[in-house]
Parts: sequence; structure tokens; C-alpha cells
Amino acid sequence: MSSGVPDRRILEHELVPEHRVLSFEEAIALLRKLGVKPWQLPQISLNDPVVRLLNAKPGDIIEIKRRSPTGGVHIAYRLVVAYERRA
Amino acid sequence: MGGGRRVDEVLEAVKEILPLSLYEELVKSLSEATDLSDEEKLAVIEEVVRRYVLAMAQPGEPVGVVAAQSIGEPGTQMTLRTFHYAGLMEFDVTLGLPRLIEVVDAKREPSTPIMEIYLDEEHKYSEAKAREIARRIEYTTLEKVMASLQYTLGDRDVIIKLDPEMLEDKGVSVDLVIERIRDSGIGEVRLGEDQYTLVVTIDRKVLPEERIFDYRTYKEIESKLRKLYLKGVKGINRTSIRVIDEKVVDGKVVREYAIVTEGSNLAEVLFMEGVDYRRTTTNNIFEIAEVLGIEAARNAIIKEIMKVLEDAGLDVDIRHVMLVADVMTWNGSIRQIGRLGVAGEKPSVLARAAFEVTVRQFYDAAVAGEEDSLKGVTESIIAGIPPRVGTGLVLMALGIPRRRQERG
Repeated sequence: MSSGVPDRRILEHELVPEHRVLSFEEAIALLRKLGVKPWQLPQISLNDPVVRLLNAKPGDIIEIKRRSPTGGVHIAYRLVVAYERRA
Repeated sequence: MGGGRRVDEVLEAVKEILPLSLYEELVKSLSEATDLSDEEKLAVIEEVVRRYVLAMAQPGEPVGVVAAQSIGEPGTQMTLRTFHYAGLMEFDVTLGLPRLIEVVDAKREPSTPIMEIYLDEEHKYSEAKAREIARRIEYTTLEKVMASLQYTLGDRDVIIKLDPEMLEDKGVSVDLVIERIRDSGIGEVRLGEDQYTLVVTIDRKVLPEERIFDYRTYKEIESKLRKLYLKGVKGINRTSIRVIDEKVVDGKVVREYAIVTEGSNLAEVLFMEGVDYRRTTTNNIFEIAEVLGIEAARNAIIKEIMKVLEDAGLDVDIRHVMLVADVMTWNGSIRQIGRLGVAGEKPSVLARAAFEVTVRQFYDAAVAGEEDSLKGVTESIIAGIPPRVGTGLVLMALGIPRRRQERG
């Protein structure tokens, strides 16, 4: 199933919000601002198609610009984790 | 007086606090309110911010419990029946409570998988072009285009009569059928008495001489022929064309068509020619997670649950549903709300035991030597100590030493 690189066009799908990998400095600043440890963030699998397109590594923090029906735009964060998705 | 600059400055500062949609509405309303003085505008901004902050969930507010109640109570009023979309769709769709349970239980396959395939600019305005794509997508086997299949024990020739109407309907040519049978290696094909009759002479490898009177071998060959793949995408069993939009442009009626399918295979359909890969979706949330990622799956969960609730005429705030979707996708994969998912992964033995299969939980916990720190709500209630929600979240710091048993 997960052979090859996912098609870039999935990023344009209306269900897929904008993902961005935070730089190391940004990540530190974010954790400090939120007052959390990385493992307290929601997670995203290394095998996630979008993560693979972004070439993110485990431990990276992904910033997600969700289009929220209540707040317009809502920024969420997920930590890239390496474990396999359970089948 | 240049006082307008002060309003702008305040607005800029407020941008950090307010959510985007509220902020934009505020800016718009203020620019329209020309009869307000700057002081009044500032007062309006202050009031908006004050109300927004008041409306926020407060630290310690048990939002999960509130969400559970807010979805659960209206859920009790839903019908248990599954029914058709009268007239809109030809096939059965699971709706109502069963569908809600399906989503929340994270069933790998919905009981009625449905895809909504939108078409690109070129194809969406013509029914003929939409039908052509639908034909390419629909999984078609020999069985669907034939009228009859005959064979006699002891005779290698199987006579297949094709149905011209079905061939036309599915867009399959006789040549394609012949080619597919040939490629399958079952045997040689030639045309029979007319152009819609095929005679298949079964190969000796498939039907050895000594099995020529064996009924079971014939049955196997028959079923192989019936299931022979002709064209289409695996999993898509039926398609139907629907008009999704109708507008009048220059006095002419322009209809937009989309394809609805029974069965789902997002990975293959999404990037087919003529398909709009930006909008095409499925109701199989696992497929969405696989192809489009966990964030897309989160959006799909919200959409599916809201659709069910709205169809039932229940007014549930979307924030509760968003919380459910957040929890379900928390660790990057889709977890069900239940014993095998969210509730089963709670760190506390007592909380798990309170949910389902109590005895089993205690057995396993005993074997593993688990501890319970009694920090969660459920455990606290079982143990009779104030749960750490709401005002229980904060402890009062008095100069008096607290009694030991009150908090460990």
C-alpha cells in the first residue's frame, strides 16, 4: 500500500489543510509558549501521506492551518512519530 | 483628529486574541458604522473581546463530558432504521444512528461504502462525458454483460451469449470480451452463430481429459468465467450519475453532473483522468486517512458525523463533534471511541473497568501489576475523592497542612 511517494496533488484536496514543518527555533519557541513537552502534542504518523510529501522526520513538529467553521482559521500542531499505524 | 489611528492600533492588538472569523466581522462592522465616534468604536471592541473571553472554555471545564452528553442525548432520539434517500439515490445508504455508531466505532469498512466523484471542467457539464467516466470506473465482469452461459459435461465448448443491451450500457465491446477471455488462459474463443455468441473451447490444462465428466471442475470454470474482469476499478460495484447543480447561463440551462458509486476505492479513482481530485471523496474514513492523511480523515469524521446529525434534524454544535474527531485522530491513526480505542487506552485501571468488560480489565491489570494514581475523573468518583475538573482542578493553598487522605 505505502509503496512509492504519494501524489503531490493530494495537497490540493479540499479535505487536506495546509501543513508546514516548523524549524527547530520555531518548535522550541512554540513548546515554550504552550508550556508543553513534545509528547504532549497530538501526533501524526511518519507514514502519513502528507508527512511523506513534506519529508518530515520523527520529532519534527508540523503546523496545520485548519479551516475552522467556527474560527475561520485555526492553527494546530502535531508531532511526527515513527511508529507504524496499527493495521 | 487622527483618533482613527488609535482604533486601528487597538484592532491590531486584538487580532492576536480573537479568532479570524470574528476579527474580520468586527473590522467589517466597524468600517460600516460611520456614525460611531472613535470612543464608541473602542467601547465596541472592548465589549467584543470581553464577551469572547467570557465565552471561552475555562481551565478545568470538562469539555469531553459536555461533548459526550451533547452528542449522546440527541442521539437517543434518532431512529434505528436505515432508509433510502427517496428518489435521490438508487442504492441503500446507512444513515442515522447505525452510521453514527459506524463512524465513532471506527469501522474499517462502512457497511455501505459510497464515493462521490466530482468531475473536472471538461467533463462535468455533459451527461455523456460523465457517463463515459462512470463506465470506466464501474467494475465490470463478464457476468454483468452476458445473457446466458451453457455447457454440457463431456463437451469442451462453453457457449456464452452476450446481452447487446448490457454491452452498450456498460460500454464494453465484444472484442474486449474476447481479448479478456483469451488473456485469462481459460481457452480459445471464437464467434458462434451470431456476433453476440461466443464459443469458448476450454484448454486441456484447465480441464484435463480425465476430468471431462467432473461436474465440479465445470462449476469452477463457470464461476471463473462469470467473475472474469473486463474493465473498471476494483471495489466500485455500481455507478450512477447525478445532477448536483443547475443554473441558467445566457438563457441556457447548465447542469453539473457528478458520479455516485456503490463501493469505494479512493486511491485508484482519485487521479483518474476526468476526475476532480480536489473534491472527490468517499465515506470510508480509513481510505481517506490512507490516501489523504490523518488531517483529512479528521475533517471527514467531522463531516460525516455532522451530516448524520443534520439529516436527523438534530442541532448539535460542531465544536463537540470537532472534539470527538480530535480525540479519535490524536495519535496519528484513527482510534475508535470505545474499549478497543480511546476508552481502552486510558492509563487508569478503574476508568477502563468502569467502561466495559470489568472483570477482564482487573485480571489483566493484576497480572501486569498495574497501579492507579486516581488522577482521572472516573477513578476519583469511584474512590470518592473530588475529581480534578472544574473547581476541583485547583487546590487551595492555605497555610494549614492538608489532611492526608484527601489527596495522595
